[in-house]
Order: sequence, then C-alpha cells, then structure tokens
Amino acid sequence: MASAPGIHAHGLVREFKNVHAVQGIDLRVEPGEIYGFLGPNGAGKSTTVHMLTTLLPPTAGTATVAGFDIVKEGPKVRGAIGAALQEAALDPYLTGREHLRLQASLHGLRRAEREERTAELLHRVGLTLAADRKIQTYSGGMKRRLDLALALVHKPRILFLDEPTTGLDVQSRNALWTEVGRLAKDEGVTVFLTTQYLEEADVLADRVGIIDHGRIVAEGTPTQLKAEIGRPTVEATPRESSQLTAVEEVLGRFGEFTQASPGAVAVMLDGKGDLADVVRALDAASLRVDDLRLHAPSLDDVFLAKTGRKLEGEEDSA
Amino acid sequence: MNLALHDVGVIAWRSTRRNLRQPAVVFVPLAFPLILMVVNSSGLRAATHLPGFPTKSFISFFLPFSFIQGGLFAAMTAGTDLARDIDTGFLNRLALTPLRGTGLLAGQIGGAMAQALVQGIVYLAAGLALGVHFKSGPAGMVVLVTLALLVAAAWASVGIWIALRTGSGEAVQSQFPVLFFLLIISSMNMPRNLIAVHWFRVAATINPVSYMIEGLRSLVIQGWNAQALALGFGIAITAVAIAMTLASFALRQRMART
Repeated sequence: MASAPGIHAHGLVREFKNVHAVQGIDLRVEPGEIYGFLGPNGAGKSTTVHMLTTLLPPTAGTATVAGFDIVKEGPKVRGAIGAALQEAALDPYLTGREHLRLQASLHGLRRAEREERTAELLHRVGLTLAADRKIQTYSGGMKRRLDLALALVHKPRILFLDEPTTGLDVQSRNALWTEVGRLAKDEGVTVFLTTQYLEEADVLADRVGIIDHGRIVAEGTPTQLKAEIGRPTVEATPRESSQLTAVEEVLGRFGEFTQASPGAVAVMLDGKGDLADVVRALDAASLRVDDLRLHAPSLDDVFLAKTGRKLEGEEDSA
Repeated sequence: MNLALHDVGVIAWRSTRRNLRQPAVVFVPLAFPLILMVVNSSGLRAATHLPGFPTKSFISFFLPFSFIQGGLFAAMTAGTDLARDIDTGFLNRLALTPLRGTGLLAGQIGGAMAQALVQGIVYLAAGLALGVHFKSGPAGMVVLVTLALLVAAAWASVGIWIALRTGSGEAVQSQFPVLFFLLIISSMNMPRNLIAVHWFRVAATINPVSYMIEGLRSLVIQGWNAQALALGFGIAITAVAIAMTLASFALRQRMART
C-alpha cells in the first residue's frame, strides 16, 4: 500500500427504524483525491457523510477515516477532518469573524494563532470586508464560503462537503469549485463531496460514486463511467421531411438507432465511423440536414443506465 | 480541567454575545419582573397589615421573587437557543469539534447565569432605589445574588433538558406557562402560614419554588435565617443536579457522535 487511505469503508449500513438509509457501502478514497458522491435526494449521501464524520454510528460495517476507526476512534477522526454539512449552520447573531474565532477556540488554537488563521481564512474565502457583519446580513453564497472556512480552521487532512453548492448562484458556485480544487491540488486535502448536480461531479471530482437507494451503483472516473455505458450519439434533422427515410438509411450504417427528437434520426455510434464520416456519407447521398448534433455521454446517461431513471430534476422521497 | 473550563467559557461567551444582540432577550427579562414588582407592591400593600405578616414593606417581601422570575426568563432563552442550534445543525458543528458534552451544557448554563447576574444587579439596584432595606446587610446581598444564580442554573438546566429532549424552540417556549404556574402556586405573594385557602397552602408547601423564594426573602426581611437558607440552597443545588443529570442523558442521545 502506497499510503494509508484517506477514507476506507466496508459494508457500511445505517438503518432508522424501518428505513434502510444506507445498505452496505464500500468506499476507498485516496489521499489528495476529490471523490464525488452523486445521487438524488434521499439516496443516502448525507447519512453516509454523517457516519464517516462520526456524527452517526453505523448500524453495521466498518470504516476508517485518515486511518482512524470511525466508531472506536471518533475524537481522532474529528481531529483530522473538516466538514461543511448540508445547509450552512451558522448563528445569525454572530459575525463571520466571531464564528471563526469560536471554531478556532474550540479546536484549541491559541489567541495569536487564532487571529492569524481567522484573518487568513477570511481573506481566502473573500469575506474580509464582511467579516464584522452579522450572519443575518450574509447572502447564501457568503454563508457557504464561511462554512467552508470554518471547516478549514484546524487545517484538516480530509474535508467533507455535503451538497456545498445547493441553492448557490453560478458565480458563488464557481468560486467554491475553484477553492475546493485548489485545496486538493495545492494542499493535498482529500475531499469527499456529495452532490446532486452532475456538472459539479463532472467538473470537480477525480472519481465519482453514484449512490441510489442506499447502494453504490457505479464508481470510477467520470470518463470511465461515461465510456462504460455508451458511445456518442449522432442526431440529424433532414431539411425535407420526405428525406427522413433516406437519412435513416445513411445513419443506420454507423450504429444502432436510439431515441431522437421529433422529425430527427439518431444513432449511437458503434465505432465504424465518427461525425466526419456521417457528414461525408450524408453529402455523398445528396442529403441536406437542418441540424446535426453529436451528443457525448454524460453522467446523467450513466445514472439512467444504472438506475433506469434520470437524476436531474428527480425528487426522490426514499 | 483547564480545557473543560475553556470550553465552558467559549460557549458562555457565545451565548452572552448573542443575547446582547437581541434587545427583546435583554429588555423583557429586565423590565417584566420589575413591572410586576411595582404593580404587586402597590396592589397588595394592604397584605402587610395582616397579623403575622413578616414585614411592613411589601416591596421588600416581593423583591426576591423578581430574581426567581428573571432566572426563568434566562432559562427559557438558554433552552430556546439550544433548540435552535439543534434545528439548524449548529449542534452538529459543535459536535465536530473537541468540545465535551459537559462543556456544552455548562457553557449554556453559564450563559444563562451571566444573564441572570446582570438582571440580579439591576433588580437589586431597583430594590434599593425603591427603599428596600436588607436585614442581612451587604454580605446578604452577595449571598442573595449567589442563590439567585443557583436558581437560574436550575431553571436553565430544565430548559436545556427540554430543548435536548424535543429539539424544538417552540416546545421549550410552550413549557414557560407550566413553569410559570409553579411560581404562581408558591409563596410568592403571601407567606405560606397566611395562605387561607387550604389546597393552595398545601400546594405552596410541597412546591420547591416556595423554599427558593423564602431563602432569598429571608436575607431581605429577616437577616440570617440558617434554616431558610439551607432549604433554599439545598433545593436549588438538588434541582441543578437532577436537571443536569437528565440533560446529560438527553445530550448523549441527541449528540450520538462516536
């Protein structure tokens, strides 16, 4: 083994009365890696995070975080991790600076170190100017950035982020992504990130685990997962509807037919040719098209293939 | 030990700071007991003419009740704040730090006691300004404030226990009338031996709040009454111990960290 795993879970289970929230999860997250835990609401993402951060004892299974057992060595795990849980839990009557001081005090930082770390983190998350304002005046994005800063006060080796960008505007989301990426790249922090946004997992994560109904249904790098389930799709919309059959005949040479928009033909490429070959074949047959699209497989396609339903817009009450 | 005290200080600091930033939390517990004291002292002054009434000054008789009432307000604030922390997830944030459970409880109670201390000084100053004469002298004032802080700690422990059991600020606030009822069926307005209605006298006699009030009251109108003080301190300490134990169990269930 090159180094102790950042997070290692085996058969992790959590049940609440009649609800099987997590049903046997196996995980291995390497140090410095950003692991995206992707799934719809109620899939078991937050319950898994609560177990790994020692806030919730598992019903069965074992896990180590930073090399410490989550059940037997809770305080050591907590000393090694930082966590920004779902919904930034902040005190509306305290300022950003006071939150950081409070957190630093509870982590045992001495006064000088506390002040230095507070100023450094406020600067890093762009809240220096708002540092002495009460939280009730902060926007959602500012709260999330402060939440991240609070998780970093004691310089953790592993960072848990539970849906960190839910409800944020694009600008705030991008700023948070940049900071998370920098933490992993420049400081070697291991990041365990839950999200229900495909784009977030795709952009940020080195590896992705897809969870559905408490089980991991797929795991790998975004590229691997996409390659695993499919090939690109080409969709063509003929200029004349009378040429639909002819276009079908041409596209049929390049792969199997798949679902297409009304008035269009689509095939999943089988490797006998690429988009350029399709264009040349259509041209050779003197067929003109209004629209020609190449659709690369997405994590949504992966989710669809693994669970039989689409992720985005999904409201799962399980 | 130092680390535990440090935790208590940090949590109490937060509690005090957030209270100071909410005018209603500061103003109502200060004003309401004083208003009630002035109104009752005016309306019930005639009671001092009853044979056996222990003082000629009803305001001296009633002043100690303000400390009990103020402590109850502070307790409600502590309980409601903790319930809000549970609801918003702030308790989870604290649970992820090395903070000990005892530090959290003691810190919350410390915040309530700090609020009760400020209130107590104001009540004391108001009483002196209104002509209250302390039979036990300046030392008695110190003992009175000390007992009042213990009473506030007892109330706060109850508020925190309810917050941990329910996780709801509304549930904590809904207990206020129940606890206030305990004050009403005590010897707050009349010495127990002068309560004419039998059931009321029995209720006031078995109500522990009566003995806390009488302990405080003895310092104002009697001087140094060892029995009243022993009962007042004994019941307050017992109440703190019982409520803290219940709150500790509730915290262990609520903060199920490994």
